[in-house]
Amino acid sequence: MNNIILETIEYSVYYGKYQALENISMQIPINKVTAIIGPSGCGKSTFLRTFNRMNELIPGVSVGGKALINNENIFDMDVVSLRQRVGMVFQKPNPFPKSIFDNVAYGPRVNGIKDRNVLTELVEKSLIGAALWNEVKDDLTKSAMALSGGQQQRLCIARALAVQPQVILMDEPAASLDPIATLHIEDLIRNLSEKYTIVIVTHNMQQAGRVSDYTAFFYTDQSRTGKLVEFDNTRTIFTNPKDSRTEDYITGRFG
Amino acid sequence: MNKTNLMEKFSTQALTQTNMISQERIRYRKFRYLIQNASFSLIWLSGLVTILILLIVIGYIFVKGIPEVNWDFLTTSPKGGLSGEGGISTTIVTTLYLVLLTSLIAIPLGIGAAVYLVEYADEKYLKSHITKGIIRFIHLGVETLAGIPSIIFGLFGFVLFVSTLHFGFSLLSGSLAGACLILPTIIRTTEEALRAVPDSYRQGSLALGATTWQTIQKVILPSALPGIITGIILSTGRIVSETAVFYVTLGGSYRMPTSVMSGGRTLALHLFYLAMETNAIEKAMGTGAVLVITIVMINLMVNYVSKKINLRIHQETQ
Repeated sequence: MNNIILETIEYSVYYGKYQALENISMQIPINKVTAIIGPSGCGKSTFLRTFNRMNELIPGVSVGGKALINNENIFDMDVVSLRQRVGMVFQKPNPFPKSIFDNVAYGPRVNGIKDRNVLTELVEKSLIGAALWNEVKDDLTKSAMALSGGQQQRLCIARALAVQPQVILMDEPAASLDPIATLHIEDLIRNLSEKYTIVIVTHNMQQAGRVSDYTAFFYTDQSRTGKLVEFDNTRTIFTNPKDSRTEDYITGRFG
Repeated sequence: MNKTNLMEKFSTQALTQTNMISQERIRYRKFRYLIQNASFSLIWLSGLVTILILLIVIGYIFVKGIPEVNWDFLTTSPKGGLSGEGGISTTIVTTLYLVLLTSLIAIPLGIGAAVYLVEYADEKYLKSHITKGIIRFIHLGVETLAGIPSIIFGLFGFVLFVSTLHFGFSLLSGSLAGACLILPTIIRTTEEALRAVPDSYRQGSLALGATTWQTIQKVILPSALPGIITGIILSTGRIVSETAVFYVTLGGSYRMPTSVMSGGRTLALHLFYLAMETNAIEKAMGTGAVLVITIVMINLMVNYVSKKINLRIHQETQ
C-alpha cells in the first residue's frame, strides 16, 4: 500500500459530549475503491464525511486527531477548495430542480468557469464518465427531475465528476435504487476507480465484495462509539479476517 | 350426547349470537350515518352561508357600482370638493405608484431578512447565547408586527416620516409606512418558502464546492421563488386594500402625483373620502367595484402561482 491519498491519525469525532468515532487511524490508497462496512450507527458515514468536512454542517460537532489529504491537514484547508478536490454522492439522488446540463455544469460554474464551450465539453465528458450520456444526449435541457432514480444518481455522479475531483465519497449510493440500477452504479464505480479514488459506505456486504479493493470494518458496542476493527484487502477481509467480530459480521451472524 | 348433536347445538348458538351482533351493528351503522349526514349538512350550510355573504357584499357593490364604471370614470380625475364628481384616474395612478414604491422598499428588506433568519441565523447553528437571544427576539418581533393593527403603523409613519423627518404627506411617507405594514408578511412567507427547500439541495451544492452564498443564490432562492412571489402578491393586495395607514401618511390630495414627495389618495382612500365627505355614494360604489375587481385579480394571480408551485412539488416527488 504505497500511494496514500487520504489518511486519518488517531481521529475522533464528537457530537457534543457524545463520541461518535474513537481513534481511527487508517490510510486510503489512491485510485482504488475502499469500502467501509459495519452495522448501523457505527460511524461509517461520519467517517466518510470527514474527508469533505460535511460533518461541520451538524451543530455541535468537534474532532480530535488528524485527517490528511495528500499529507495536508484537511482541517487547515479552505473548505471550498477541499470540496472541489473531494466530491460526494449521497444516499438519495439529489439533483437540483434544473436541467440536466445545468446540474452537471453547476460545479464548474460555481468554481468560475463561464466559457460555454468549456462547459459543454465538461458536461459531455462527465456524462460519458457517469455512463449516462447515451440516455440523455438528445435533450440536455430536460429537467433532471424527469429522470428515473438510477439515472438521477448517475447524474449526481456526473455532477461530482464535472468538478474534476481526486476523490469521490459515496454514502450508500445504491441504497435507494432497484437491483438493475444498482448494477449500473457498481459497474460505474469499478470503471471510475481507474482515474479516481473512491471511498464508499455500504450496508450491502456483497456490494462491498464486488466493487472494492480494500475494506474497512467499523464496529460499535453498547457505548455507541464507532471503532475501526479491521482494514485490509477486500479479499482478505472476506476470506480470512483476523478479528472474530469481522468474521461474525461477514458471515451474517449479526448486524 | 353424540357428536353430531353437540355440533348442531354449538352452531345454532353461534348463529343466534352472530344474528344479535349484526342487528346491533346495523343499528349502530345507521346511527353513525345519521351523525355523519348531520355533520355534513352543518358543514355544507356554513359553506353556503359564507359564499352567500360574499356574493351579497360583492353583488351589491357590483350592482350599484358597475353602472358607474366606464371609460370616462376611469380616465378623468376627481373634481374634489363636496360634490364628489369626476372620475378616479389619479387615484388609480397613485395606487399603482404606491404599490411599486412600497414593494421596492419592502421586498429587498423582507427577502434579505428572511434569508438571514433561515440560512445564516438558524438557531441550531448559533453558538453564543446572546446571538440566540437576539434572533429569538427578531422572530418574536416579526410575529408581533404581523398582528399589530394597521393604524398603529399609520400613527408611527405619521410621527416619524411625516413630521419628524419632514417628508410631509407624500408617496414617500406612505410607502415607508406601507413597507412596515407588509414587511412581516413578506418575511414570513419567504421564511416558509426557504424552509420548504429540501436540505439535500443545500448539501448537494456545498459538496460541489459552492460557497453558502452561491448555494443561496443559485439553488435555494430559485427553488423558493414561487413561494416568495406568492407572498409578494399577497402583500400587494394588502397595500391596495389598506386605508388607515395611508389616511395619516398620504394626505388626501386628489391631484395627480408628480414626484415621491407628492401626496395623493389611493382607490381605497378615495372610497373612504367619497363615502364620508361627499354625497356621491354612487361614485363610491363605482370606486368600490374597481377596487374589488383589482383584489379579485390579485387573488387569481396568487392561485395561479400556487398551482405552479404544486405542479413543481409534484414533479419533484416523482
